[in-house]
Amino acid sequence: MKDSLIIVGFFVLGIFIGLYHLLPQIFIETDFSIYALYILMFLVGVGIGTDKKAWEILKNAKLKIVLVPLTVIIGTAIGVSIVSIFLKDISLRESLAIGAGYGYYSLSSIFISQISGEALGVIALISNISREITTLLVTPIFARYFGKIAPIASGGATSMDSTLPIITKFVGKEYAIISVFSGIVLTILVPFAVTFILKF
Amino acid sequence: MTVGIILGFTIQNKTKIVKAIGPMINIAIYVLLFLLGISVGLNETIINNLDTLGTQALLLTFGGVMGSVVLAFFTYKFFFKTKK
Repeated sequence: MKDSLIIVGFFVLGIFIGLYHLLPQIFIETDFSIYALYILMFLVGVGIGTDKKAWEILKNAKLKIVLVPLTVIIGTAIGVSIVSIFLKDISLRESLAIGAGYGYYSLSSIFISQISGEALGVIALISNISREITTLLVTPIFARYFGKIAPIASGGATSMDSTLPIITKFVGKEYAIISVFSGIVLTILVPFAVTFILKF
Repeated sequence: MTVGIILGFTIQNKTKIVKAIGPMINIAIYVLLFLLGISVGLNETIINNLDTLGTQALLLTFGGVMGSVVLAFFTYKFFFKTKK
């Protein structure tokens, strides 16, 4: 939760600085974000490669639990496709890309704004933050009426860290490993899926 | 990113570097969202339409979450639920 607030804080601070033109001209003329993005990509790559525990979990996973992230991928795609019928300003492709953030709002919104512009990036940011918040708030109801996989599916990429405590509280510790697995798979998938959906 | 993953594999045992990666990713994310914030603040069209953008975002969240949860209901029912 603290991390989320810091991230949103930086974003809001940026908005105010832009809004009141509080920054030197060079920032407006040069796009630094693309270089920062390259650095981030590289670091995320190193992070994934060095994460021993994550690879261990992926290696020892039973075949059945692959169904969980698959459920999230297909379910999200169907859901956002239906919604996108009612959204005039956003194409199906853009809706799918926003959905493919799976709650990993920082990375997905950065990628989407870089590829499709800031407006869509902002939608992606708000939409994916809301996915995390929704999971934190509605997990008890999801667990009660839709079964033990539902909160994990709702959490998407966040089910490995920020929403893990609330999920395990309501579906039991034996599902923690499934939750972490699904979150890891989706987290690794986000940058690839978003780019793929928007570019092809 | 692929280069990063491969490099990550080779330095898996250098604990000091591994520990530094997490905070470095956080800093990069802070910088990028800060920069995204600035371009949003400079973009009047976005600022004037924040409510519309927000509504669209929430509708997409609703679709994504409900789609996942409903499908998860069936995944649980057919593959995970144990008979007691």
